[in-house]
Amino acid sequence: MKAICWTGVNRVTVEDVPEPEIMSGRDAIVNVTSSSVCGSDLHLIDGYLPGMREGDVLGHEFVGEVVEVGPDVTRLSPGDRVVVGSFIGCGGCYYCQEGLWSLCDNTNPQPVAQEKLWGHAIGGVYGYTHTGGGFPGSHAPLIRVPFADVNAFPVPDGLTDEQVVFASDALPTGWMGADMCDLRPGSVVAVWGCGAVGQSAVRAAFLLGAERVIAIDRLPERLRLTERHTGAETLNFEEVDILRALRETTGGRGPDACIEAVGMEAQGVGLEHAYDRTKQAMRMHTERGGTLRQAILACRKGGTVSIIGVFGGYLDKFPIGAAMNKALTMRMAQQHGQRYIPMLLDRISRRELDPSYLATHSLPLEQGARGYQMFKDKEDDCVRVVFHPSG
Amino acid sequence: MKAAGFSALGIEATPAHEGDGNTRRMARGLGWFSLGLGVAALAAPRGVSRLAGIDGSASTSTVVRLVGARELVQGAGLLSGRRPSGWVWSRVAGDVLDLSALALATRQATSPLRAGLAGTAVAGITAVDVLTATRTRSNRAVRVERAVTVNRTPAEVYAYYRDFSNLPRFMTHLERVDMLGNGRSHWVAKAPLRHVEWDAEITEEVPDQVIGWRALEHAGVPNAGQVSFAPAPGGRGTEVRVSLTYRPPAGAAGVALARLVGEDPDQQVREDLRHLKQVLECGEVIKVDERVSARGPVQRRATRLLRRRLATGGRP
Repeated sequence: MKAICWTGVNRVTVEDVPEPEIMSGRDAIVNVTSSSVCGSDLHLIDGYLPGMREGDVLGHEFVGEVVEVGPDVTRLSPGDRVVVGSFIGCGGCYYCQEGLWSLCDNTNPQPVAQEKLWGHAIGGVYGYTHTGGGFPGSHAPLIRVPFADVNAFPVPDGLTDEQVVFASDALPTGWMGADMCDLRPGSVVAVWGCGAVGQSAVRAAFLLGAERVIAIDRLPERLRLTERHTGAETLNFEEVDILRALRETTGGRGPDACIEAVGMEAQGVGLEHAYDRTKQAMRMHTERGGTLRQAILACRKGGTVSIIGVFGGYLDKFPIGAAMNKALTMRMAQQHGQRYIPMLLDRISRRELDPSYLATHSLPLEQGARGYQMFKDKEDDCVRVVFHPSG
Repeated sequence: MKAAGFSALGIEATPAHEGDGNTRRMARGLGWFSLGLGVAALAAPRGVSRLAGIDGSASTSTVVRLVGARELVQGAGLLSGRRPSGWVWSRVAGDVLDLSALALATRQATSPLRAGLAGTAVAGITAVDVLTATRTRSNRAVRVERAVTVNRTPAEVYAYYRDFSNLPRFMTHLERVDMLGNGRSHWVAKAPLRHVEWDAEITEEVPDQVIGWRALEHAGVPNAGQVSFAPAPGGRGTEVRVSLTYRPPAGAAGVALARLVGEDPDQQVREDLRHLKQVLECGEVIKVDERVSARGPVQRRATRLLRRRLATGGRP
């Protein structure tokens, strides 16, 4: 079968790969009808995360139809339309049972590299490096879903692929970002990044009780889109001094919660950004932390900083003094999707959420390279490219 | 943790132990010998080379001085008593060097008789070194300890572990274990180049808490082990601790070789415990489809090279 593969830094090609097979009784094979690009894929394509191998199938945000199940799958049957979370849970370990699905103890079969880098390994993830388990991704007509009963969620009737595909990753990640802020009525939230995850976080913050949400980006079209679809106020960091603007607009307090939805390749302005870029290019640190530093400095005393942008390694000039002295709560995670996906599908079917506008571009699998290029360059105001692998 | 069964095996749990008393005395003797030879070679390089029947040119003296310096270091190392095995092996390596240097020098020997005697003497010393090295090696036991937390009660984990025929499900190096009754079992391991099997007996057992076992005599790989099960705090299941002691078939060199081919016993026990956890928590050892992309950078280069060679018919 054809699949969109990583074949080197800044090289995405369509390759012939073997079709997946049921490898265990709890597996399902899903025929992928829609599979989205994700901002975190850019870290792989740009070569900032180790552990990719030539020929790895990309993609971890998808919806499809079950075509085959192993003998121990009880909740699904062929023909079911399902959304599958990007992180794979086993359902049996302490973390899965606590609802911390991305921390699954068991689903990363190659945990040694992460244990060396982070002290412990987290759960496996589709199409996201061999340090992340080496599971083939979803930009292919067929994908193997391990422990399908706990990882694949039936889609309510009457919803399109575009409406539900982001319930796989962007939406639950954004929701979790807001959920970690313990919002109360009257809370003011700032969100860094107006990609699909950031916009999902904005929407979630409002639904979880925030009174005001201020979204930050540099792309005018994304800022307009965010205003139009979520009701957030916006700030362009290339035009205003973000720290000053946030401070003034909140009457000097600062936002009660700051959500970082950008990650390791943050854009920025001025000397600080030049410094970060240089050090990253020289491999002297792995992350560009401009947005995270801003979030910590902007946050009100005793507020919460919630990190959902992807970071991989080490960050320089971390403002620990500000975080400590201002008594900030810092929360962060890769998405615990399984905890939110059923609730989100339910809200989508009740039309409380409709993230389909984020799918600005729709392309066949064969145009994988073109799709990623458009997405990376934000060409034609691209927010998300969705591929349709099964044709 | 108690290490029951280890002393009965004649292998001690502490890796610092190398060789019996006689072997250690031999190692010390070699230390003094090294020291003496080193001092002589440094103080009178020309005398030493004349004794060996080789000309006393400036370059020869330099070589002899270097040999002397090496002997001093080795002598000090051996007399320090720490890790004698490594030092004795370094002497063996030095002997090989000396023999080849002598062989080269003999071609222009001023006295072939003396050179021949010197060669014989070095060969004799080499034999003593090799003998001592093998002895210090053969008694060296490797001890591995690892722990994992399994989200199941101690009773469940214990019951699963106690049936040794389950072990090959998570210990990839075991082919099968047959329970023979009376606490005895027959183990068959997958080992490179040969088939290893042995009988083992249970040496201690407290239900839901601990199982100890050891290989019976004549085991190809003498080994003993203990696994304990303790409730993890906060109702988080069971802390499983495994402690293994074994005498590797080829001593320290064997362990180094095993590490080189990715068979580090420490990593192996860790992986086995991870697999035990997976089997008990999710009913299986998690697998990933290796066919899709198994091309690391090295394989990629090799494939490209091969492809190019095939395309050009082997011409450069």
